[in-house]
Amino acid sequence: MNPFNYDIKQLQEKARDIRRDIITMLVEARSGHTGGPLSVTDFATALYFNIANHNPENPSDLNRDFIVYSIGHVTPANYSILAECGYFPLRDLMTFRKLGSHLQGHPNMLETPGIEASTGSLGQGLSISVGVASGYRMDGKPNRAYCIMGDGEQQEGAVWEAAMAAGFLKLDNLCAVLDLNNAQIDGPTDKIMSIQPIVDKYKSFNWNVIEIDGHDTEQIIKAFNTAKTVRGMPTIIIAKTVMGKGVSFMEGDYRWHGVPPTPEQGDDALKELGTTYEEWSQRLLSN
Amino acid sequence: MVVVTDRISIEKKKTRQGFGHELLELGREKDNIVVLTGDVKGSVNVSYFADEFPDRFINCGIAEQNMCNIASGLSLVGKVAFFATYGCFATARCLDMIRTTVCYGNLNVKIAGSHGGLLTGPDGASHQALEELGLMRVLPNMTVVIPCDYWEARKATRAVSEKPGPCFLRLGRASVPVVTSEDAPFELGRGTLMRRGNDVALIACGSMVYEALLAAEILAGEGVEARVINLHTIKPIDKDILVRAASECGAIVTAEEHQIYCGMGSAVAEVIVRHQPVPMEFIGVNDRFGESGDGQELLTKFGLRDINIAEAARKAIKRKG
Ligand SMILES: Cc1ncc(C[n+]2csc(CCOP(=O)(O)OP(=O)(O)O)c2C)c(N)n1
Repeated sequence: MNPFNYDIKQLQEKARDIRRDIITMLVEARSGHTGGPLSVTDFATALYFNIANHNPENPSDLNRDFIVYSIGHVTPANYSILAECGYFPLRDLMTFRKLGSHLQGHPNMLETPGIEASTGSLGQGLSISVGVASGYRMDGKPNRAYCIMGDGEQQEGAVWEAAMAAGFLKLDNLCAVLDLNNAQIDGPTDKIMSIQPIVDKYKSFNWNVIEIDGHDTEQIIKAFNTAKTVRGMPTIIIAKTVMGKGVSFMEGDYRWHGVPPTPEQGDDALKELGTTYEEWSQRLLSN
Repeated sequence: MVVVTDRISIEKKKTRQGFGHELLELGREKDNIVVLTGDVKGSVNVSYFADEFPDRFINCGIAEQNMCNIASGLSLVGKVAFFATYGCFATARCLDMIRTTVCYGNLNVKIAGSHGGLLTGPDGASHQALEELGLMRVLPNMTVVIPCDYWEARKATRAVSEKPGPCFLRLGRASVPVVTSEDAPFELGRGTLMRRGNDVALIACGSMVYEALLAAEILAGEGVEARVINLHTIKPIDKDILVRAASECGAIVTAEEHQIYCGMGSAVAEVIVRHQPVPMEFIGVNDRFGESGDGQELLTKFGLRDINIAEAARKAIKRKG
């Protein structure tokens, strides 16, 4: 059971709050990744607030689904969602990347409740998820493994070793989501080292492939629910997204991959998201 | 003797920038220099080379293992192949490729690992290379160099391009004090004497050279004359300078922005124990991962400061007996 079961409208509102959290914590941290977190926000929010079976009150609940962010650098989204779920206080977001904080630049599973694996070195999450899904299946458990990946990340060979294994092992309790924003550090993914045709690749590795608009909450929910019913093969949801989604001057620009907004840019971004730095940092600090 | 300036006013520059600048020069001089990166062109400063020599540059995408052996292949047809990415991924991710293809074959592949050490800062443990010198040091045929500043990074880049065989260069993300100069001599495999003294030898590499120089100032105030050696090449190691330091000073402190296990200090100890055993103390990271924070704050938290080196020197001197 998902502990929230939000409807479409609630999910959209929550996603907007999470975008506000992301911008606010990045302005405060003065370092970190902006673009990727904003592109995964909508489907990651849906996963935690409607789809996945997880328990913020007991993060190590043995009956939970397993969610790994193979793109460790999207911590601003990852942490905001965990905090909004209640895994730890919202005020912790304001300590992101600072000395002594449990919110490390890239996730540390030993320090942060709700983090399932320490990532940050790309291309490792899918193999971990194959292991988790296999383990759940060995134990006859109904739980599922979810893995969030980046499109630049698909260039890592290890992703394809895992993809081959998941298809071969027919892991229908594994659902991956690919954040297809066509952006990585050095430029557009199709200009750096194209991963296309990505749909055909996964199909030929014996995966069920669902293509969606990764910012359309209805499509997102439908895709995750369909994946739950597919038998005999893993599912990958290929989510077409926009880097920096939700902030006009960031959208579609790969240069937002790894830099935070300046305080001025943060003000502009938060204005577009219907709040101010003052208001939103106060909300975080008082919770 | 190097004159050390205080932390605030000393000029600071990035070693990764020195690497990028020299690579461009080398590209202009020699047609057989080729450069590869894995989606971090800007942050390892190979963009200067890439912009001027797009035909001798390959951005391999986020695929370090593949990049390593593309460099191997290029070297097999006569290229001097540099591949550059963050030190963690350049080494640990491709370790078997580096071991079995590059080192066993003694190929002319040059590995540049940026973001070495704690000064990498807020990205945290996953991106702070603290083990890569050890990983590279254990491999036969490998040369391992840790430039201490911008100028040394330039010279080291040129030197590894001229030395046949596998080489690893450790570079840093942050600006660090410039403690050498454009015309200071540099020879691969030969440590540099930075300050004379016979009471204790402070042997440092990378950003710790500056901290060791400051430590020597502190000790001088107490009447202790510390010798400071910049051990920029840890493999092949400069046995002569180390044995002389041990016999003339009688005590040694090593300082590095790396795990103590298997790092520069361990390499020094391997020489000292066999040839001239004297008391030794180690300044470095003590068998733990790094963490997020401002780089300078991290150096303090992890005990990698002049005061820590000075304290270790007092301890080593006391142990002389
Ligand atoms: C193994 C490894 N190589 C390189 C990096 C450096 N790096 C961090 S994020 C990134 C780009 C990721 O691109 P993508 O998966 O498309 O994520 P997005 O840009 O959409 O956030 C790179 C190269 C890394 N973290 N791990």
